[in-house]
Amino acid sequence: MSERVQPAVSDEVIVYRKRRGVELALLLMAQVFGFAGWVITELNLYGELPSAIGPVAAVWFGLGLAAHLVVRWRLPYADPIILPTVFLLNGLGLAMIYRIDQIPEPPRTDSTTQLMWTALGLVLFAAVVIALRDHRRLQRYPYLLFISGLVLLLLPLVPGIGHKSGGAQIWIRVFGFSFQPAEVAKIILAIAFAAYFYEKREVLALAGRSFLGLQLPRPRDLGPILVMWLASLGVMVFQNDLGTSLLFFGLFTVMIYVATERPAWPILAGILFIGAGFAAYEFTNHVPRRVNAWLDPFSDYDANLQIISAQFGFAWGGLFGRGWGLGRPGLTPLAKSDMIAAALGEEIGILGLMAIIMLYALLVARGCKAALISPDGFGKLLAVGLSFVFALQVFAIIGGVTRLLPLTGLTTPFMSQGGSSLIANWIIIGILMVISHRARMPQAATATPTEALDETTVISR
Amino acid sequence: MNGPIRKVTVFIAVLMAALLANMTVISVVRADSLNADGRNRRVRDAEFSQNRGAILVGTEPIAESEPRKGRFPYVRTYPEGETWSSVTGWYSYDYARSGLEQSFNAELAGTSSEQSFERVLDLLAGRRSQGANISTTLNPAAQRAAVRALGSKRGAAIAMDYTTGEILALVSTPTFDPNRLSTVDLAAQREAWDELLNADDEPLKNRGTREVYPPGSTFKLVTAAAALEDGLVPDSMVDSPNSLALPNSSHSMGNSTNCGGTRVTLEQALMTSCNTAFGNLGLALGAEKLRAQAEAFGFNQDQTIDIAAAASRFPTELDRSQAALSAIGQYDVAASPLQMLQVAAAIANDGAMMRPYIVSAVTNRDLTVLSSTAPKKLGQPVSPSTAKLLQQMMVSVVEGGTGRPAQTSGVVVGGKTGTAQSAPDRPPYAWFVGYAEDPQVAIVAFVENADIDRDDISGGRLAAPIFKAVLEALR
Repeated sequence: MSERVQPAVSDEVIVYRKRRGVELALLLMAQVFGFAGWVITELNLYGELPSAIGPVAAVWFGLGLAAHLVVRWRLPYADPIILPTVFLLNGLGLAMIYRIDQIPEPPRTDSTTQLMWTALGLVLFAAVVIALRDHRRLQRYPYLLFISGLVLLLLPLVPGIGHKSGGAQIWIRVFGFSFQPAEVAKIILAIAFAAYFYEKREVLALAGRSFLGLQLPRPRDLGPILVMWLASLGVMVFQNDLGTSLLFFGLFTVMIYVATERPAWPILAGILFIGAGFAAYEFTNHVPRRVNAWLDPFSDYDANLQIISAQFGFAWGGLFGRGWGLGRPGLTPLAKSDMIAAALGEEIGILGLMAIIMLYALLVARGCKAALISPDGFGKLLAVGLSFVFALQVFAIIGGVTRLLPLTGLTTPFMSQGGSSLIANWIIIGILMVISHRARMPQAATATPTEALDETTVISR
Repeated sequence: MNGPIRKVTVFIAVLMAALLANMTVISVVRADSLNADGRNRRVRDAEFSQNRGAILVGTEPIAESEPRKGRFPYVRTYPEGETWSSVTGWYSYDYARSGLEQSFNAELAGTSSEQSFERVLDLLAGRRSQGANISTTLNPAAQRAAVRALGSKRGAAIAMDYTTGEILALVSTPTFDPNRLSTVDLAAQREAWDELLNADDEPLKNRGTREVYPPGSTFKLVTAAAALEDGLVPDSMVDSPNSLALPNSSHSMGNSTNCGGTRVTLEQALMTSCNTAFGNLGLALGAEKLRAQAEAFGFNQDQTIDIAAAASRFPTELDRSQAALSAIGQYDVAASPLQMLQVAAAIANDGAMMRPYIVSAVTNRDLTVLSSTAPKKLGQPVSPSTAKLLQQMMVSVVEGGTGRPAQTSGVVVGGKTGTAQSAPDRPPYAWFVGYAEDPQVAIVAFVENADIDRDDISGGRLAAPIFKAVLEALR
């Protein structure tokens, strides 16, 4: 590791307000949305209050209170907006899955399973918050993290536990539970990348020769991370998980850009992305199909039924939606998972879905804010990387469902049915809140966090 | 590192703004066409579940929505569906709508702009919206008589009060049972549709308004009108050779009836439906005058009636021999029974052509009137004096000419027969179009598959009794 130069400490101390009371108030308000969605669904469909209203309220608000208490205990300075926002999204997702459960006869119980996954996600969130006092502990073992991430990614290819669904070999099945290890691998690899980039950022930025205006790092600096990145990307492409590969590509781009501060990297990545897009369009079968379904879905009604039905749903819902339980989200295939944004748009309206997009934007903004005020570079890299991937995922899936982009099979964070994604996202929130807590802790005010960079004089290139 | 983080944040903001902008596009630009798309099951299901208004004849419904249990809370039923199918049309889940169900869909469903106030009230009161009722001008006795008289023949009959334009009967046969297409049993609906659509006698066609056929000799009314307007009188003499050589053509025109001489009066020519006499008139008048007269009666224009109607055709760019053929309703002339009814009605109404209509009023369930129809004059295709002369000639046709089978005791009846042939290998069409003075009604009867000789007397013999049956039902 390069040597840090301790910035001069001034006499002043920055103290952020804890705002835990605000968090609790916001949290209760946020939880009411999902809960009310469930109650209104029952009222609209069956004309009476749900019989389990007491126990469900106890469990749901109990979960929120527990999460809040854990945060109050271990992360008193964490951002007070993040937890309520996530609970709002998670609650709306649960309510919508419950609503779609009611369509078949007899109703399904996927929402109960999803609620259990939510509880498990909260347990893991609490575990992260309690065990990980300081996120900087994560930066010690980039290579070890990388190896474990890669192993997780490779698990679905192991005969016996791996299985294939929807054309992608990304699932493992243990004890009857299906799980996508890529979701967790994504986090581990993000930490590994952040650690590596943080350690090597100066040499990556400065050492090496210039080529076409781009400062090319030395192979010995860029090599290891390039190998790590290409290996993980290769596995995902091989497993036909293009959505996650896209997120990974974005993660890598943002981290190398933030670490080196060289705008050439995102430009290069953009060119590579466009090139890869064209190649995929030319040389694969399903990419042109997806693109056609995006640009001209009505040219093949039967094949593009899913995306067309989602559009019909938006139109039918209109600005204010049909109301919980009063739309026809069941007409769209995969309404609970990939297409949950369409189901929400139909029942709580285009304005409702816009509000959800704003909630995601708020969440990402808080993540970026944590990155901005974080005093350490590793925390910055990790927070901005995770936030960006989160934003990219929201953009890709909601953009796909609303025909802004070709559809990619990604989950809608905190809303789609599926445990792996839910758990992984709760862990991400845990990490973000730890970073945010460290950033907002009282600390001696410094001049702009100076870095060793400033002390280094470039003699020659 | 904060500089790049800020730039990444701005990039994320752009992505989110793009999502929001796209949602706006969906709402503002795409939503209307998506909701209008016939494949949008959400819209169809909701429409099919509506409590539609009734279509009324007098106070009796001929189409109404009945409450039921299940996926669709209402089912559309048609009492006496076979009798009224040509007017009501059908209302189905998978196969859209037709007839009044189609043209008054918004009012029946309660979604027209005039009903927006009621919709708001229903919304505030938590009521399920109801559509408006439609009152028609139809006469049950005339309608039933027309159905009975047409029987198993393929054809059409329409009766209209020529002083107002109120349609009293409108039948196209074979009829069908619209209940089979409006059933909530979607499999049975599909089966019925396939059967009706593929049936040889094409029951889903509306032969009265939406199909055009060669009008044959009934078109001689238009030629006679043009001749009278051009200065001739019923007693004017016209050459009526046994065979008329057509100019610039190797063909000649023959007569299918005995004209009563080689030079007859115009009135005599109409009574005997003399082809060569009218061929000569066509040559003398020329294509332009014929077309102007036909268009004054409504040819080459969209027909305005409350259900979908086809435009009748008088060709442009005719040479002289084609003009002669057109003058007797052959060559490319094609008319719907509704169009020929309009010709007779305008003559009967002293030259004033009224707008035909079926719907007299649209009323809300609380009996407030949303809209009502007043008689409207469409035009004056012939002068009153010409109309009077034509009336006199039409009466002669029935009293002593080819139209004798239409004679009805105690009523002054005028009319014109027609037999038209579209292709040598298919049976000719039989026509009768006429009017009565009391009741003041014009009636057209048309048979598509007339299994008869190819002369006008035969056409009259087949179609005129249908005319007479409807007329007697109206007395």
